Amino acid sequence: MPLDQSFTGRTYPPTEPYQVGREKIREFATAIGAADALHHDVEAAQKAGYRDVVAPPTFPIILSFAAMEQIVTDPELGMDYTRVVHGDQRFSYRRPIVAGDELVVVSSIDDITHRGGHDFLTTRAELATPAGEPVVTVVCKLVVRGHGE
Amino acid sequence: MSEMAFEKGQQLPLQTFRVTRADLVRYAGASGDFNPIHWSERTAVGVGLPGVIAHGMYTMALAGRAVTGWVGSADAVLDIGVRFTRPVPVPDTDEGTEVEFTAVIKNVSEDDLVTFDLTATCAGEKVLAQARVVVKQI
Repeated sequence: MPLDQSFTGRTYPPTEPYQVGREKIREFATAIGAADALHHDVEAAQKAGYRDVVAPPTFPIILSFAAMEQIVTDPELGMDYTRVVHGDQRFSYRRPIVAGDELVVVSSIDDITHRGGHDFLTTRAELATPAGEPVVTVVCKLVVRGHGE
Repeated sequence: MSEMAFEKGQQLPLQTFRVTRADLVRYAGASGDFNPIHWSERTAVGVGLPGVIAHGMYTMALAGRAVTGWVGSADAVLDIGVRFTRPVPVPDTDEGTEVEFTAVIKNVSEDDLVTFDLTATCAGEKVLAQARVVVKQI
């Protein structure tokens, strides 16, 4: 059954603040092979004008992926996650994320379309400080493959 | 930091990244994405894939590395977006596979925002489409 298009525009409650850890940034940077000192060396980051080490561009997937649980497990929406394929992904920054940041995620469904037997779901996660300073917008398009292939 | 000034139409040199199963396991742990298609051959084949495939987000992270490599600064990326078009199969060998990146400068704005259009290939096949990264030129 196609996803209910009336879920377009739905916004989910904000997550608990995520504490961006220095070691988590180092671990993530190491995992993607990003050796630049800005990700690892506090002194180098401070020389470049940051409070602490800087996260690589795709780091916020950790937060947005976890927050998307709210959508993919929403019983009313009823997505079959075993049929989900990652279609598009985008990160749009206001400023880099640095260790010590606290970030709250608000997830929304921007669009649901159904074509060719598949559902196309566009989700948006707004990452902001608890005080409301916007930091990065994460847009993820998912394809839910239909059963008629 | 790079003092390189980019020009519209400029081609960027090839960058190649090796991807092994060990990289995928490490990425799963660091990112929290433990989908077994990225580490279990049995599961991957069971859902119709040729075998274990890289996380799309791992390939995207490499795209970010390619751009920060060309630019010469790790904090320059303002916007990064991709479409995942083909999986990156990663065989269970010491060599794994390779993902290759090239790019062309699509635009340089008056306020020094540089737009890169990337091409990512694995074994000659394009694995990303609409791969576009905007950086602030220092």
